Amino acid sequence: MSMAGLSLKQAPPISVPFRFILSAPLFLLLAALALLAAGPAALESRWSQPLLGITHLLTLGFMSMVMSGAVLQLLPVLAGAQVPRPRLVAWAIHLPLFAGTLLLGGGLYFFMAVLVTLAIPLLACAFAVFLAIAIYSLARAPARNASTHAMLLALAALSLAVGLGLALAAGITGLLDLPMLPLVALHVGWGLLGWTTLLVIGVAYQVVPMFQLTQPYPRAVTRWLGNTLFVLMLVWSCHLLLPEPAASWLAIAAAWGLAACITTFAVITLRLQQKRRRKVPDIMLQFWRTSLFSLLTAAMLWLAGQASATLADSTFYALALGMLFIIGFVLSVIHGMLYKITSFLIWYHLQGKLPPGKAPHMKDIIPDRTARRHWRIHLASLPLCLASAMWPMPWVYAAGCALLLGGILLLTNLYRAWNIYLRAVALA
Amino acid sequence: MQTITEYLSAEHRHCDDMFADAEAAAAADDLAAALAGFAAFHQGMLHHLSKEETIMFPAFEHATGSSMGPTSVMRMEHEQMRELFAEMQAALDAKDTSTYAGLAETLLVLMQQHNFKEEQMLYQMADRTLGDREDIIRQMEALP
Repeated sequence: MSMAGLSLKQAPPISVPFRFILSAPLFLLLAALALLAAGPAALESRWSQPLLGITHLLTLGFMSMVMSGAVLQLLPVLAGAQVPRPRLVAWAIHLPLFAGTLLLGGGLYFFMAVLVTLAIPLLACAFAVFLAIAIYSLARAPARNASTHAMLLALAALSLAVGLGLALAAGITGLLDLPMLPLVALHVGWGLLGWTTLLVIGVAYQVVPMFQLTQPYPRAVTRWLGNTLFVLMLVWSCHLLLPEPAASWLAIAAAWGLAACITTFAVITLRLQQKRRRKVPDIMLQFWRTSLFSLLTAAMLWLAGQASATLADSTFYALALGMLFIIGFVLSVIHGMLYKITSFLIWYHLQGKLPPGKAPHMKDIIPDRTARRHWRIHLASLPLCLASAMWPMPWVYAAGCALLLGGILLLTNLYRAWNIYLRAVALA
Repeated sequence: MQTITEYLSAEHRHCDDMFADAEAAAAADDLAAALAGFAAFHQGMLHHLSKEETIMFPAFEHATGSSMGPTSVMRMEHEQMRELFAEMQAALDAKDTSTYAGLAETLLVLMQQHNFKEEQMLYQMADRTLGDREDIIRQMEALP
């Protein structure tokens, strides 16, 4: 641990995280509108063009948008790592990510190869800058802990997911001739189980004890879980190179191991939260629990798919798994964290600009009432999504409306908070 | 032998417990318990902050030859906490438990990220940098 570069300063300028935070809900709205416009056709198969477009609006436009903004914000706090030239870096990530996601989402949705071709350099640029900066800052960070370690693994997984995604995009546009199916499996695996899950785990190690006043995660967990998950992902990836039947055996073994990792994480987190020291009602906790129960359900469904080929080959299985994971697990946890981080950051930046005692507190910035309303709608959207995976007609419309409403509530809650900041700064 | 990290981190946990008690009392609209709980938490925090500011930080600044480094940011965040304590006290005095809840939420996030940086970085650096850890802990323990 070196002392050079350690200032323990908390935050980059507010515009850095907020450009990501305020852009993300737009993609949620767009995804919901795209689902409603495509209707049941979107859910005919996991390979339907509209669904591929919608999925990327969610994974890139919402998830990666918030996650990369959050990493830039959290690096100084969790690792004491300063991000160099934060404003410039934020521009260089946000703008190409925003534009590239729109192009890729549109290209897949409307099946227009030219849009996908245009998206490739933009997304490559956004992720290259993000990965370079995040890995550079983490490598020089004075603090090393389970969180920063998991974060590094997550970033390694992201680089694989992005590389595979770019290759697939080149395959779609005819630039490269590739075996698409195994590459898709790897891309999805490294994006969702690698990057996303590892980042959530790494952040949870700190955030769950901090905000709910729980016991820390057991040392055995923080030490082994991330590494085991990463190694299992490598093992699972290797099965694609092996001949049958070794490939199938390896895939099944890795799948059970991955499901065990995920279940361990979810069960331990729920248990810690149940025994938390802080008993007052908390919206972030509601979102966390929604997220973890969705993750458990997804793990069980996945294992059921390993046991039953009929289930695994059904359209319902693929759709439900994706919905439980992306909307149930990831979106829920991101929503909960967004509310906490947004209101805290606004307070934090305002208290430096206003006279003592004048900055609005967190619950003035985002009231519990409005956040709870959003949580209820979000919760209701989950069974509707599952119903739409089984019976696209008519449930896709109900699910689409619930997602749209959730997106609108998130958007208004976040923009109202941002407006409080702008107004206070204008008056100061 | 106890380290500075262990000694001061244990105080964080103790203050967290008192914070949670006061917050729960306020959430239950039990004003008397909230006032008593907050008083205990407030006093515990001020004592902890002054141990750092008058003993540990100066020793660390002396050893590293810099008062502009990590300790200056920690001192600034202590000030931010003290402002929130004052607001929380005023909210309880005005029997306004809902404002107290919002301020408590804000303080918790500020305090937790602050404690995290201290426990993960500053205290560990102090343990490595400061020669006579036991003496520092003894001085902090003796602070009235």
